[in-house]
Amino acid sequence: MSRLDRIARSFLLTEILSGLALTLRYFFKRKATLNYPYEKNAISPRFKGEHALRRYPNGEERCIACKLCEAICPAQAITIEAEPRDDGSRRTTRYDIDMTKCIYCGFCEEACPVDAIVEGPNFEFATETREELLYDKQKLLANGDRWEAELAKRLELDAPYR
Amino acid sequence: MQGGFFATDFGILILTLLKSLALIVPLLIGVAYLTYAERKILAAVQLRRGPNVVGPFGLWQPFADAIKMLFKETIIPDGANRFLFLIAPIITFGLAIIAWAVIPVNDHWAIASINVGLLYLFAISSLGVYGVIIAGWASNSKFAFLGAMRSAAQMVSYEVSIGLVILSVLVCTGSLNLNQIVLAQRTIWFAIPLLPMLVVFFISGLAETNRAPFDLPEGESEIVAGFFVEYSAMSFALFFLGEYANMILMSGMTTILFLGGWLSPIPFAPFTWVPGPIWFILKVVLCLFVFLWVRATLPRFRYDQLMQLGWKVFLPFSLAWLVITASALEIFGWLPHA
Repeated sequence: MSRLDRIARSFLLTEILSGLALTLRYFFKRKATLNYPYEKNAISPRFKGEHALRRYPNGEERCIACKLCEAICPAQAITIEAEPRDDGSRRTTRYDIDMTKCIYCGFCEEACPVDAIVEGPNFEFATETREELLYDKQKLLANGDRWEAELAKRLELDAPYR
Repeated sequence: MQGGFFATDFGILILTLLKSLALIVPLLIGVAYLTYAERKILAAVQLRRGPNVVGPFGLWQPFADAIKMLFKETIIPDGANRFLFLIAPIITFGLAIIAWAVIPVNDHWAIASINVGLLYLFAISSLGVYGVIIAGWASNSKFAFLGAMRSAAQMVSYEVSIGLVILSVLVCTGSLNLNQIVLAQRTIWFAIPLLPMLVVFFISGLAETNRAPFDLPEGESEIVAGFFVEYSAMSFALFFLGEYANMILMSGMTTILFLGGWLSPIPFAPFTWVPGPIWFILKVVLCLFVFLWVRATLPRFRYDQLMQLGWKVFLPFSLAWLVITASALEIFGWLPHA
């Protein structure tokens, strides 16, 4: 009897029809993908995107050239050179990040004692040439100026968890 | 169109050419949009969006693809037989188009309303395997050759059950003329009394056109792309177009044999005003949707399962059903006397 049942089921294509019904239900479901360049997902305050060097509100750059980020960077993507400035404070003369080496681990951000180097919310910085991804200090500071409002907000939101 | 220019031999030639053009152009546009529909439907089932960038809703995508294909380089592999290599896609594509000559889109709207229309269709679809075999052989590549072998065995196997299904329709109509076959369905579509045959026909059609779940000849995960691995640019596009034109042809055959061709599904006033070709196209589109829907649902068959289904299930089943149909017609005296 079970054999007959099995034969009847396979001849009536019950399983195939139920499979078709399932795919038809999915056909009318809401799409899971976003229409990317026009729609974007929300980003967590901890998102690790493009790097930026921040400044104090008075315009003074935060980085004190302690080189902790350079030391901790597991990909050795950061290169720093420093010497005393005219006013006697220690500042970087060179702060380079090779974005093609960077693994976006966020250790530089963690290591920084003055919240100078941060990873921002921007992930759309693809370039046409490799050279454009070798960021120097000027580029990083410009990033900081461009994203400062959001960077400050993110640090504030994430502060309770740090 | 009495007398005059179109009654002369030359006029008939011109008229036939115009008719062919009127059929082929919409057909090719249909093929182009079938590729688009396939991508959209598969995407929808998988909760994706599908092509949506080129033009509104991605509607220009098929043309973008066509232009890309046209401008690419046709690569002919070193060991290939150049002549056969290039003739194979032409055969596949040509046969897919030629078969349309006998398909009636409306009452007597076929380019050639011949009395052996069904036989002609059957012959042409059997020839389709040549394009595939020649492609596989001429490519001089093991994957292509394996794909061609698979395809040949598969198409031959399923042709048999398609033949028997066609026979059972034939005993119900008593005519091989496709126009007569459709008109014979004025009282009831054959889809109702011959439902099991419709299912067998449709599944065999999937196998015949090498569509999922019977797409073993192409089997991406096993033999790359099967018989057309070595093809590129326009020669590849011709295979592609041929496959899709064959899908439309199979849907057209299903429509004519079982779904009442251009006849309105509801045989009274507001529905019978809709012109026949529209009903025909709607029915074909429905069949095509099922083609794509099945592709989105089922995984590929194993080769021995495919052969088993063809020879051990479909063949005896359709043979038995043919005998039952013929007996029923004889016993109740419904045999058509054409």
